[in-house]
Amino acid sequence: MSRVDAKRIGRVLGAGADAEEAAEAVRRFADRADREGLIEIAYASFDSPIGVGRVAASERGIVSVGLPNMAEASFLEQLGELSPRILERPQRLDEALRELDQYFDGERHEFELALDWRLVGRGFAGKVLRETAKLPYGVTASYGEIAARAGNPRAYRAAGTALGHNPIPIVVPCHRILRAGNVLGNYGGGPEMKAFLLQLEGALPS
Amino acid sequence: MLGFLRAMVGPHDAEDAFQETFVAALRAYDRMDGRHPRAWVMTIARRKAIDLHRARRRRPEPRDELPQAVAPEETGGIGDLDGEVWTAVAGLGEGQRAAIALRFAADLAYREIGEALGCSEEAARRRVADGLRELRRTIDREEARR
Repeated sequence: MSRVDAKRIGRVLGAGADAEEAAEAVRRFADRADREGLIEIAYASFDSPIGVGRVAASERGIVSVGLPNMAEASFLEQLGELSPRILERPQRLDEALRELDQYFDGERHEFELALDWRLVGRGFAGKVLRETAKLPYGVTASYGEIAARAGNPRAYRAAGTALGHNPIPIVVPCHRILRAGNVLGNYGGGPEMKAFLLQLEGALPS
Repeated sequence: MLGFLRAMVGPHDAEDAFQETFVAALRAYDRMDGRHPRAWVMTIARRKAIDLHRARRRRPEPRDELPQAVAPEETGGIGDLDGEVWTAVAGLGEGQRAAIALRFAADLAYREIGEALGCSEEAARRRVADGLRELRRTIDREEARR
């Protein structure tokens, strides 16, 4: 009776490379891909009081921020609309990571990061997010107000939808948009996260 | 992927082949056209494994000749029984070895193995079964010799 069966082959071959070696191989690959200019989108994760989020940048600038409640797969899927050449590469996001740290420490009131708007919707949605990006730290506006600034005061629902699809939250501060009457309203990261960010900025409605 | 390449070229060269594979995949991604990504990358990995063998031998080789077996000492750090399996896998022809490695090291489904090898799912299933039979024969023969 043979001692060789599929299970044994699987066990032996499946143990061919351990996780640590694989991680090292991936790291070396990322170094080389970066050297050879093969990375179009680099991303990194950041730690914050609201959890671990992610941030991605292209040559043009910051293209997306994944809030801590966003799965890595969804984050990458969204980036996949722009390019398949996406790699984790914190070295390429030094400045963004530093500014995010400072923001969460309450030391930074304005991001000085170039933005890549390609994941932002065209037309009205794009206008809404660009107007939102102009809102200063600690200053809030209502959905109706932001819709008006984007050119259509009655389109507050559309404004809400655009804000709900904001690919660059925190940096494009959609958390500063509240429902009429200073009601917190929805947030992609959940209402607690919105409340936390507003409280950090000293703008939490009472 | 690393496991697949280990079975194909041995642990020493697996890392190099891994780098080559992913750099090539990154460059060629636009040409993937709808194939299963894992199977597609494995096709590249297999080609890189063959290239690497050729480069190592530094002499022209007819197209249909298969890479040489991985030397047993290259399987490194593995117990006797496991070493036997590695040696037997290394002794397979390239086609069967690729099928076995895709199934058991990379854990691909037969449909993906077929895509990676450029054959049907049925043919992939047969090739894995043939490879297993060959492994069994080799290992039993080795054990009978003792």
